Amino acid sequence: MNDDDVIICRCEEITKGEIRRAIQAGATTFKAIKKFTRAGMGLCQGRTCRRLILQILAQETGQTPGQLLPGSYRPPTRPVPLAALKGEKP
Amino acid sequence: MAGAEVTEVAVVGGGPAGLSAALAARQAGAKVIVVDENAAPGGQLRKQIHKFFGSKEHHAGRRGFRIAEELVAACREQGVELWTDTLAYGIFDHTLGIVRGGTASTLAARSIVLATGASENALAFPGCTLPGVMGAGAAQTFINLHRVLPGRRALIVGAGNVGLIITYQLLQAGAEVLGVVEAAPRIGGYAVHAAKIRRAGVPIYTRHTVLNAAGHGELEEVTIAALDENGWPIAGSERTFAIDLLCLAVGLTPLTELAWQAGCLFEYCGPLGGHVPLHSEDMETTVPGLFVAGDMAGVEEASTALEEGRLAGLAAAAYAGYRSPNLEEEKAAARERLQALRSGPFGEGRYLAHEEIVRRWLKWRDAR
Repeated sequence: MNDDDVIICRCEEITKGEIRRAIQAGATTFKAIKKFTRAGMGLCQGRTCRRLILQILAQETGQTPGQLLPGSYRPPTRPVPLAALKGEKP
Repeated sequence: MAGAEVTEVAVVGGGPAGLSAALAARQAGAKVIVVDENAAPGGQLRKQIHKFFGSKEHHAGRRGFRIAEELVAACREQGVELWTDTLAYGIFDHTLGIVRGGTASTLAARSIVLATGASENALAFPGCTLPGVMGAGAAQTFINLHRVLPGRRALIVGAGNVGLIITYQLLQAGAEVLGVVEAAPRIGGYAVHAAKIRRAGVPIYTRHTVLNAAGHGELEEVTIAALDENGWPIAGSERTFAIDLLCLAVGLTPLTELAWQAGCLFEYCGPLGGHVPLHSEDMETTVPGLFVAGDMAGVEEASTALEEGRLAGLAAAAYAGYRSPNLEEEKAAARERLQALRSGPFGEGRYLAHEEIVRRWLKWRDAR
């Protein structure tokens, strides 16, 4: 298996190669990579892949992890059945 | 959407930090509700079958799950409401969005303590998504909570305390552990744990890494290699193990989603596991009335989580209008115990890191 074929975001099945290509295309923040590839948009909301993506981003752009922001967090932070949310906003 | 609930202090997470905060806030007189997504409260303590060490006031010689049982019993006895199987999916000012019993509702509180813990870090290598590759914490849940052996022949990645402890517990559960792989030149965990597994005959491969995992539909083998001074695998040093379990113990990341949502200011702090919310000596964030404790405020240990929880609980109760009669003495005592826990070669880095987080919080407050 090629290193580029390693799956980074399991929920959306996004590979390391796809993330590298997104960075090369100008997606140089976690937020941009997420919007570009859908990595981190799945069921776990990036809980597994966020850190891996930030590591790849740090390597590819020569930044330190401390210089990189983890993107934005929105509710729901956990998978919630839509039926449970039916009704008015809290 | 079910009806809205109101309390004085709400705690998210029923692990050591959350339970300790709840108990302290309750003892100060506040009405306290703890929400926890698990079926039973206790957090990671429930899986800790090994004995703690240190001094007596830090629960030395006692097993984690017993500490959890006692905390839960004390909370119940004092009248803390423990809501299990309850998800906190969002925070909207001082109101939590929760899902309980399959329906969404809200829980409003005067003050909120976030004690959501941490998540296990992943590693990316060819074959890392094969069944049989899992976090060390997941393997620990299998064996110590569910009494299920997730594999018979295992390899562990990471020689920190988590990696060393899971090695020993897998041996106790009847698995064979072929080795512990550590990228650093030395063992990161306590010598007591390392000695225990070395005596049991498990080799620790420092300056080694996992190259890849392979198998047909499930894990069958893993290849490791030695690393040179620059961290690159040395050709010819590869070694392949026929195994069905690979446990990753490569650190934890604070679970801070709710604090980000609430608008807390953060700082990146490597020794504490990543971005952590700025907090005061009382564990208050930059959002008034919102407190943090335990691994989500910086990855440490159960013993430090208990003390941070106590500080957060006392301060959250005071914010809600319930000042403990001996508030200053109790806080000073908890801080003293925290400092003792953060001394020595293992604790000093975390001590300095927390000091820096508090300094940043003070800077933020003074600039307001």
